[in-house]
Amino acid sequence: MIITPTWYLVLAAALFAIGAVGMLVRRNVIVMFMCVELMLNAVNLTFVTFSKTLNDLSGQVAVFFVLVVAAAEVAIGLALIVAIFRRRHTGTTADDISELRG
Amino acid sequence: MVTLVLFIAFAIIALVGALGVVISRNPVHSALWLVATLLSMAGFFILEGAYLVSAVQVIVYASAIVVLFLFVIMLLGVDREESLTDPLKVQRPVALMLGLVVFALLIGLMGNHWATGGESATAALNSGGGGNVERVAREIFTTYLWPFELTSALLVVAVVGGVALARRSRRAEAASEVAP
Repeated sequence: MIITPTWYLVLAAALFAIGAVGMLVRRNVIVMFMCVELMLNAVNLTFVTFSKTLNDLSGQVAVFFVLVVAAAEVAIGLALIVAIFRRRHTGTTADDISELRG
Repeated sequence: MVTLVLFIAFAIIALVGALGVVISRNPVHSALWLVATLLSMAGFFILEGAYLVSAVQVIVYASAIVVLFLFVIMLLGVDREESLTDPLKVQRPVALMLGLVVFALLIGLMGNHWATGGESATAALNSGGGGNVERVAREIFTTYLWPFELTSALLVVAVVGGVALARRSRRAEAASEVAP
């Protein structure tokens, strides 16, 4: 039995869907962030799969750039969470900061 | 045969890890499940011959980013269990349904041939010689040199922004000292 690219794509779709559901369901901001990372990883898997299927290195280069953007996004996002938590000690659920003001 | 066994093992770890991130009530457990998913993702990359991406995945994602997550969780002391009951009763079933719709749409998209199926003429996987690392590096430093330089600007902006956001301004500190 040979692993076709379709298997990878189905797996990536499942991971993306799980990440999306987690993003909608969870209320802890940090866990919501982790779900974003899950979705980004699913996309990376798709990129690498198509890179192999279409015999093109550009897919792997794209994964590289996605990684850089994810790292920058996490740094900024977590700094934002720390700043919010410092200002108001209520907690880090999305409901606590739903008013979007200090 | 070996690749099949490895694929199934990594797939199970990845899916269980992803579900663990969503389901576990403690953020620290979520972060640890995330590590499982990220590492199995690196395994997939090795199975598909993307060795450089796999190494970068382990170094940047599974170590740096997750450690940053854990740092913030510990720093803020938010590692208490979160109640999973939702104030909005409808939200959870609707979210699950939307997730299923997303999954079905992605599967449906897969049946279509969005890509032409033509193979790359300029950046084939085995062009030029050298290993995977060398070829990806050549691609980044020739075709993608300008985007690569832009990412350095992006990282500098992110670092400056992170420092600016996370540092306490002196005025806020004085205010909190006066009125604790």
